[in-house]
Amino acid sequence: MKRRSFIQQTATAASLITLGGLSVSSLSSINSTKITILHTNDVHSHIDPIGPNDPRNANKGGIARRAKLIEAFRKENPNTLLLDAGDIFQGTPYFNYYGGELEFKLMSMLKYDAATIGNHDFDNGIGGLYAQLPHANFDFISANYDFSNTVMNTHVKPYKIFEKGGIKIGVFGVGIKLKGLVEKRLYKETVYLDPIEIAQDMSSVLKHEEHCDLVICLSHLGYHYKNAAEKASDLNLAKATKDIDLIIGGHTHTFLPKPTIAQNINGDNVLVNQVGCYGLYLGKIDFYLDSDKTKSANGTTIIV
Amino acid sequence: MIYYWTLQLNYMSFKHLFIPLVFLVLFSCKHEKEVFLHKIEGQRIVIDHSLTEDPNIEGFIKPFRDHINNDLDSVIAYSVGDYSPKTLEYETAIGNFLADITHELSNPIYKQRTGKDIDLVILNHGGIRAGIPKGNITARTAYQIMPFENSVVIVDLKGEQIKELIQYLSKAKRANPFSRLGLKLDKDNNVIEALLNGKPIDYNKTYSVASIDYLYNGGSGMVFLKKGDNFHALDYKLRNVIIDYFKKTDTINLSTDNRFIKMQN
Repeated sequence: MKRRSFIQQTATAASLITLGGLSVSSLSSINSTKITILHTNDVHSHIDPIGPNDPRNANKGGIARRAKLIEAFRKENPNTLLLDAGDIFQGTPYFNYYGGELEFKLMSMLKYDAATIGNHDFDNGIGGLYAQLPHANFDFISANYDFSNTVMNTHVKPYKIFEKGGIKIGVFGVGIKLKGLVEKRLYKETVYLDPIEIAQDMSSVLKHEEHCDLVICLSHLGYHYKNAAEKASDLNLAKATKDIDLIIGGHTHTFLPKPTIAQNINGDNVLVNQVGCYGLYLGKIDFYLDSDKTKSANGTTIIV
Repeated sequence: MIYYWTLQLNYMSFKHLFIPLVFLVLFSCKHEKEVFLHKIEGQRIVIDHSLTEDPNIEGFIKPFRDHINNDLDSVIAYSVGDYSPKTLEYETAIGNFLADITHELSNPIYKQRTGKDIDLVILNHGGIRAGIPKGNITARTAYQIMPFENSVVIVDLKGEQIKELIQYLSKAKRANPFSRLGLKLDKDNNVIEALLNGKPIDYNKTYSVASIDYLYNGGSGMVFLKKGDNFHALDYKLRNVIIDYFKKTDTINLSTDNRFIKMQN
């Protein structure tokens, strides 16, 4: 942020001497930026593609293919973030044999920027998660798990701010209630805080104190619970908050063919997306920002 | 480097009028230049055979995959028959087998730790995800039977809860596996006979019941388990029970033994 201010000041000073001969028409293109958000969720240790005999998802997935796709998108737009919404662990013998080491190493090779923590990421206990941290070159973010009295203390951030192409992107994480879902002996002294309240707080901090241009919620709450409509979910979180541009979800293994356009507490649009599970799909959301206000005079166009 | 580039761009295309210039000079320390979101595009991309593999990633995975496959595909036992969990009866050979070996392999550990014996074992039919096919058995077979990370737990149930357990089994209309228990139902699923280790159950006694953590936590509606006392987590995965049993056994030859029968009239 300071760096940007510095650049603007310098540019302003420089412009003082060259003011005379420049054209006015190019203003609108000065700060036109596209931010690409790529995301996965509930990959559950699926490193290899699904086998050929699977009735539904035969031959889909595979991290080596995902790597190639992500590389192509990064080449197309360097202003890209790669995020995961949790449940990285559990589901194939890779996890049983190596405890998540391979998953984290591969995600680091794919240059994931951040991940939040799913309930299955506690499957080898909080100690088992902690033991694999040295293999992860990306941040774990969770705002509603208080890890103070666990080995994970200081290793998980509530949020992280990324700067891409001069745009500040704030990403915070929220996780699902562990009691009843994960055994206490696994999550130990991890304290679960109300994710909706935390999201209200986080979105305000990121928007108004950190002055982020985009606010993203990385959630492992689940998309929506038909039989428990009041349960904390992505759709409920969208409704109860403001200043969030995108909620990337997980946990319910919901295969959304396209992102859901939900409305926040102010009636503004929020995108909610989730791409099923097992690395069968990659989600891609492109945000187009411009310093020229006239481009968004009629609001933000959403194409899904 | 990127910032430098931005600077160059700004420098070259600047066209400031006086007022915004003053504004910037005065406020640029505190205020970001505002940007406006004018368009969002969202899509999902399927990961399938139309994409090529990254050879570096593939090369990195290969030794791990080879090691696992080598290990999982090593023959550890031989099965003389096909033992599927699919049934219309209340009893399956594979279900009996799983409950029996859970007792056989867990009891020595439990006894060493607590001085007590496991009196009975209860599992759930839905948790058996595949059968044992005839022929060579590998560790992969065990992963297919039991892909979940369920671990053995033991809890002491009073007579009242043992009644609930028997009631559950009698009404579930499923081949839920158990060991050391004998159940006979009438045609309306009422219990005619319930024996523990061949003897009538003493409902004034407390029994040590082994199951898995999933069921203890209320999975499949077995809520009676949580009402027990002296919860003990064995830290022994059911899959490892299966693998360990296969490893110490040459030939798997299973059958049902009428431990759970429903009278037809």
